[in-house]
Amino acid sequence: MPYDGTVRTGVSAGVRPAKLLVENVSKTFHTRRSSVQALDNVSLRVGEGEFVCLVGPSGCGKSTLLDILAGLTLPDSGKVSADGEPITGPGRHRLVMFQESALFPWLNAVDNVMFGLKMVPGLNKAQRREIAEAHLKLVGLEKFSRANIHELSGGMKQRVAFARSLAPDPQVLLMDEPLSALDAMTREQLYADIQRIQQQRKKTIVFVTHNVREAVCLGDRVVLLSPHPGRIREDFPIPLPRPRDINSVELAAYATRITAALKGYVKPEVAE
Amino acid sequence: MKRALIAAVFFIAIGLLWQAAVSAGLWSAVLLPAPADVWDYLVSAWDDGSLVQATGVTLRRLLIGYGIGLVLGIPLGFLSSSLEIVEDSLGTLALGLQTLPSVCWIPLALLWFGQTEGAMLFVVVMGTMWSVMIATATGVRTIPPVYARAARTMGSRGLHKWTRVILPASLPYLLSGMKQGWAFAWRSLMAAEIYVTILTGFGLGHLLHYGRELNAMDQVIAIMLVIIAIGLIADKLMFEPWEQAMHRRWGTGLRGSR
Repeated sequence: MPYDGTVRTGVSAGVRPAKLLVENVSKTFHTRRSSVQALDNVSLRVGEGEFVCLVGPSGCGKSTLLDILAGLTLPDSGKVSADGEPITGPGRHRLVMFQESALFPWLNAVDNVMFGLKMVPGLNKAQRREIAEAHLKLVGLEKFSRANIHELSGGMKQRVAFARSLAPDPQVLLMDEPLSALDAMTREQLYADIQRIQQQRKKTIVFVTHNVREAVCLGDRVVLLSPHPGRIREDFPIPLPRPRDINSVELAAYATRITAALKGYVKPEVAE
Repeated sequence: MKRALIAAVFFIAIGLLWQAAVSAGLWSAVLLPAPADVWDYLVSAWDDGSLVQATGVTLRRLLIGYGIGLVLGIPLGFLSSSLEIVEDSLGTLALGLQTLPSVCWIPLALLWFGQTEGAMLFVVVMGTMWSVMIATATGVRTIPPVYARAARTMGSRGLHKWTRVILPASLPYLLSGMKQGWAFAWRSLMAAEIYVTILTGFGLGHLLHYGRELNAMDQVIAIMLVIIAIGLIADKLMFEPWEQAMHRRWGTGLRGSR
């Protein structure tokens, strides 16, 4: 079923107010030699507390869409809003977790988590430290709060980054392939952690990935994009109970369907 | 401790080779005085106070000039890295002036400031600030963009972004720029002191100059050694603690053996 931009929420989710609203957004990047249309007339609605995964092959504009939601990139045309307010720049209520950990190497783990808290009004240093330590505990790294970033493994770095984006208590978390650089074992642990924390903290999450199984495991909905130019093609509700196991048969069935749909949109002869 | 030992053995070996070359009569003692003569000069200059006084005068000029160079060069570097108009104008000028040996400023400096401390400082500042500015600008431009993006999404902007993100992120380049600036400041000051007699104080450069005038190569070599020693000590005191702290934090420059 082609995606026409109308509102669909997950079957189990019920009707929720729109937290993030993308309406008819287009974005073209110009380089010296050519221009690439990253997004073509894209519309998306993300409900409060919903976990939406954006899936698609490289070049489908999923990271651009996330940047636009973050306010790091402005669209050429169309509207984006959070809670009905137009998004004109980055905001403390929408935090981003990047593919590389983007942790600051000049700060130790707990100071990294405290960084975002400095911008939260009305917190003194002791409170910031307390919140930061609590979030390191939430991701299981309370013993590493004084560790330098280079002393942590890849998975631990992304846990610190997760704690850093959760600590200021944003309403929306935007995650740009945060697990793609990790090994399979570490990823599976993090799937469980992310689901557990999402259940506890009720964040609205938009999660970009090229891994269909990962998307099905985490998302209330999986939104499929196709490249050249980037368009939203289909929107799959995933009504599986949580916590989900990435290796379960039901999950695999969904992933197979979505992968098949994905293949339909990627023409094999398309080459760079 | 082992590393200090290696350094000590190395320098003693150089001294012994030098002494051996002089004893073998390979060169006339006028061309290459013995280490003992150099040592004698150092002791006598220390005793009559001329060495201490000259070192004090030189260090004072160096630190003030270098300080002004940093205070001007670092902010200009930040400006140049963030504003294209500054990069295209002042940045280009800096690139040109950086290649200009600062000795070239001496005629103008004398004309503008006369035989004063101002002329000395001007030459040192000219020798320092442009290279510091360029190193800073290069450092800021080399920061991975993801740091700035992460900082922006967390609400860091303006002064907070500059002091808490851009400055620490560019620290490795800033530090090497400061080291280079320090070396340039030394070169500039020595050139100025050798070429110009300033009535407000005799520095190490002047002692070296008079050693040349008197054909006293033991004095020349002794002053060279003092300059080298000060450079080494300054590096160990001023830069090494910073560098080591930074390497520990960032996990860079580790030799793996510890």
